[in-house]
Amino acid sequence: MQLIKQFFYGDYDAMKVAGNPADAAATPSVATQEWPIWEVFVRSKQGLDHKHVGSLHAADAAMAIENARDVYTRRQEGISIWVVESKYIHATNPDEAESLYEPAADKVYRHPTFYELPIELKHI
Amino acid sequence: MSYTPEQQFQHKIDQEIKIEPKDWMPEKYRQTLIRQISQHAHSEVVGMLPEGNWISRAPSLKRKAILLAKVQDEAGHGLYLYSAAETLGITRDEMYHQLHTGKAKYSSIFNYPTLTWADMGAIGWLVDGAAIMNQVPLCRTSYGPYARAMVRVCKEESFHQRQGFEILLVLSQGTDEQKAMCQDAINRWWWPSVMMFGPADEASPHTQQSMQWKIKRFTNDELRQKFVDICAEQVKTLGMTLPDPDLKWNEEKGHYDFGAINWEEFWQVVAGNGPCNKERLATRQKAWNDGAWVRDAATAHAAKKAAKHLHKVA
Repeated sequence: MQLIKQFFYGDYDAMKVAGNPADAAATPSVATQEWPIWEVFVRSKQGLDHKHVGSLHAADAAMAIENARDVYTRRQEGISIWVVESKYIHATNPDEAESLYEPAADKVYRHPTFYELPIELKHI
Repeated sequence: MSYTPEQQFQHKIDQEIKIEPKDWMPEKYRQTLIRQISQHAHSEVVGMLPEGNWISRAPSLKRKAILLAKVQDEAGHGLYLYSAAETLGITRDEMYHQLHTGKAKYSSIFNYPTLTWADMGAIGWLVDGAAIMNQVPLCRTSYGPYARAMVRVCKEESFHQRQGFEILLVLSQGTDEQKAMCQDAINRWWWPSVMMFGPADEASPHTQQSMQWKIKRFTNDELRQKFVDICAEQVKTLGMTLPDPDLKWNEEKGHYDFGAINWEEFWQVVAGNGPCNKERLATRQKAWNDGAWVRDAATAHAAKKAAKHLHKVA
């Protein structure tokens, strides 16, 4: 079983790999010379993780960061930006979600609430 | 017992589970979303043009800075929405192509001219007000990337409406000429704004399916009624009137009754015969064509830099 497949977020060909038969529809009718797509991650304040906020087109990384600043942080939403060209994002396949994530469902003993202990026990 | 992909899909929708780009979805769902989201994006982008008309003629530096910020937001909203549509498998260039060739529609409201400064107020209050009415339920739409884009749009849109109302408020407390200008703008923008909600429910063939898929949460007429009810009250604060002799509170229904909509005008503007359809499209085409050398130069620069980097690594 192949667990990891490559998906280009927003990329059409990659979605075909996902086995979605619906994809034939949006075949472009114009030859495209688009700037590549970049995924944008913003740290909203010191101490928090960078979070995915969206994507944009840019010719290179410097332009992607400049555009991300203008598009995603016009109201002080961030203090740090990461950009990654979308084609470098690898993701799991939703069709395999069951085999990937279900095994965790029956392992309730991984949570502290699984263990019933006397009430008088403190600090545990 | 096994379910068809369609049944599983509908089941997710019914349970309010969002659909994400890589999930299976019916072809019709994908196409409906591509059409709706790209039209929405085009509307944001073309929507910059009527207001852009007044940036250089804003009555004060403060108003100019505000208008610039608003127009910049609209560019941003277009970008959020284009990105959301791209997750469905259409390219940005294809969407631009559809816009520039007239194949794709955008909101008809932007085919009306902005004749006076008061139009900036009326657009903010009425046009953005109607847009917000449409957009707030879309924050809960079933397609994840669209819903997330709308959350961001709605956060920013509220300033647009408030600044518009404030422009009108200031005018409504001004000289007789300013008051007349205020009323005139309301008169011209009211009906096109009421039409922004689209055809009446019985003339809107996609509504039922879109409601079932929870792309839409309310019908066109439901949202339109809500908009009329709210504006009929808000206009009192301005001491102005809405240009509808049939506008009357209906105690029994708990809503305002309002006059018949001129659907002939609506369909004429949709068909491309509004006052500014040709001008708007020509402006977009010119911007795209004039920008070609910039796009090419940036691509060439990036390629050159990448090659240099490769050389250094080797």
